[in-house]
Amino acid sequence: MCALPFRAYDVRQESEMLQLLDFNRQLRLKPVAKVFPAQITNVIRLTEMEKLFHLRILDKVDRERFTFLPGQFVMIEVPGYGEVPISISSSTSNKGFIELCIRKAGSVTNALHRAQRGAMVGIRGPFGTYFPLERMKGQSILLIAGGLGLAPLRAPIYHVTENRADFKNVHILYGTKSPDQLLFDYQYESWRRIDDVDMQIIVEEPNDSWNGPVGLITKLLGDLDVTPNETYAIVCGPPVMFKFVCQQLSQMGIPMDQMFVSLERRMHCGMGKCCRCNVGATYTCTDGPVFDYWSVINLKEAI
Amino acid sequence: MLFKILGKEEFCSLVEIILQSNEIIAPKRVGTNAGGEPIHQFLPVHSFEEMDLNYKTTEYSAKTYFLPYRENLCTFNFDGGRWQQEIAYRIQPRAIIGLHSHDIHALLKLDKVFIRGRFPSPYYVSRRENTFIVGLDHMPLEDEFSRSMGTHIATHGFDLFLTDLGDRYFVAVDSDRAFNLLHRVDTREVADDDTRAYLEVRRKIRDGFKTHINVHSLPNLLDLEFTSEVWGKWGEKCLSCGSCAMVCPTCYCYGVTEEVTMDFKQATKIKQLYSCNLLDFARVAGGHNFRPDGETRLKYRYYHQHRGFMEDYDEPKCVGCNRCGRVCLAGIDPAAVIKDLYEENL
Repeated sequence: MCALPFRAYDVRQESEMLQLLDFNRQLRLKPVAKVFPAQITNVIRLTEMEKLFHLRILDKVDRERFTFLPGQFVMIEVPGYGEVPISISSSTSNKGFIELCIRKAGSVTNALHRAQRGAMVGIRGPFGTYFPLERMKGQSILLIAGGLGLAPLRAPIYHVTENRADFKNVHILYGTKSPDQLLFDYQYESWRRIDDVDMQIIVEEPNDSWNGPVGLITKLLGDLDVTPNETYAIVCGPPVMFKFVCQQLSQMGIPMDQMFVSLERRMHCGMGKCCRCNVGATYTCTDGPVFDYWSVINLKEAI
Repeated sequence: MLFKILGKEEFCSLVEIILQSNEIIAPKRVGTNAGGEPIHQFLPVHSFEEMDLNYKTTEYSAKTYFLPYRENLCTFNFDGGRWQQEIAYRIQPRAIIGLHSHDIHALLKLDKVFIRGRFPSPYYVSRRENTFIVGLDHMPLEDEFSRSMGTHIATHGFDLFLTDLGDRYFVAVDSDRAFNLLHRVDTREVADDDTRAYLEVRRKIRDGFKTHINVHSLPNLLDLEFTSEVWGKWGEKCLSCGSCAMVCPTCYCYGVTEEVTMDFKQATKIKQLYSCNLLDFARVAGGHNFRPDGETRLKYRYYHQHRGFMEDYDEPKCVGCNRCGRVCLAGIDPAAVIKDLYEENL
């Protein structure tokens, strides 16, 4: 007779479970509890409120396994402060490091803004859905961002500009409140120079040095000449912005399942467990953050 | 499924055998309420006598032994500018005795979220696998509606399930470890009159439910009544205290915070159960709150219970134990809320 009626079950030793925990890591890195130590290799000041961080996963094998698709996000762990979901702003072809554009908003992001090059943070992910760029092949693309929305939009912009031949017409539209809030201003020229990429920027409240168009982003849409059935739109920005943009695109005849938006919600896990991003049956972290416009208008309270 | 008959004294020795080397969690009387009724909670017990298997309900559910209210997810040990992450899972076996069928169903629902989902939680799996569960049939309380939710009979999700037949227990055995454990006490095979007596108890339990809600068309109704004024009527009462989620056997939402030790050598990542009724549940950085008023938050609680969970798992999240109804300081009674939605009572 053994002393213990029940044998202890050690989750770490269960091979089947470990396989689940490993989550096809041959394909993609999807840790549940473990964060991957990463180093901040570069800090780029974008505006007063936003900085761009280059993060490099320290473990060589994990770094090589880390792949993501445009639109996905990672959880950034700052030990002692907490964890925040941040969408990836870099190109998917960028091996070795990822770029994250982070606005100073809460305690974790404030800590990140104080961090220097070389600081060690953690990464979990990537999580969530992505912009279906494969499906958009051979079609025209509208890439529309408002304010901080350029951060999640930068990954698809990279994809489109790097694979320009896969798409018909490409329009990049970007609007902010004022010229000093423009993100990645040092890159516009490089996107504009690409043959056959239309890039337009609009601000709501111009300053003395601004000589571009003035108004809301919807103003730029009026001049676009698109073939609705052959056009896909990716819209990132605050809810009030993409609501009006998508309404106008709808009026132009673009089908709702060809418009994609990226939603923002409070998240504590990234894995559909903590429920903080739950809207009815939908988890913004696993069913989103990328949704087509049809799903968004059916998500009550989403915008 | 295997059935056995176990004498009550034999059950007592079974408990003592488990107690020799394992912690037992069981309903324990902890006090008396204003009406003179005993209050029970699931707590560690050290002898058979400490347990009260005739309990009607417990104030809190047993979920805290699977999803602790506060759980250490990991520790970061700092060393200069570097840190090391340390993760520990709870692997000590333990037994819970006296879970009612709706509480077992609650665990089955949590299993779907934490084991069968795309991201199984090792914290939960570890606790679940290491818990030996002894279920117990009970006569429904006036306000319970588990029959409506289909949770008044448990057919799996336990190791042993006991039905009181007066002088003996009718035992359902659902795991090999339970089967092996029964070898250490005297049991006998089920005879015809045992089955008859068991079915009689089943019938009594089934007929004992006084509260019913109509759940079959509920998801559809909730879609239709999204803007109903009924939400305002009940939402106005809600104090946004989160008590309902704390006692609920299936509410699993949480928040994660980090704490640093005074010597700055260590930080712990702590998971704390939350409630969708609390004010800052959906508040994001920058201050925007997606659910600023109590009415919306209360509504979304019902949507997740009866609409959202249904869409994901084809069953409601609610098990009908009515702990939330009993604990609510504002008197929000789930059965009444749902009835009002059907009848548009304002």
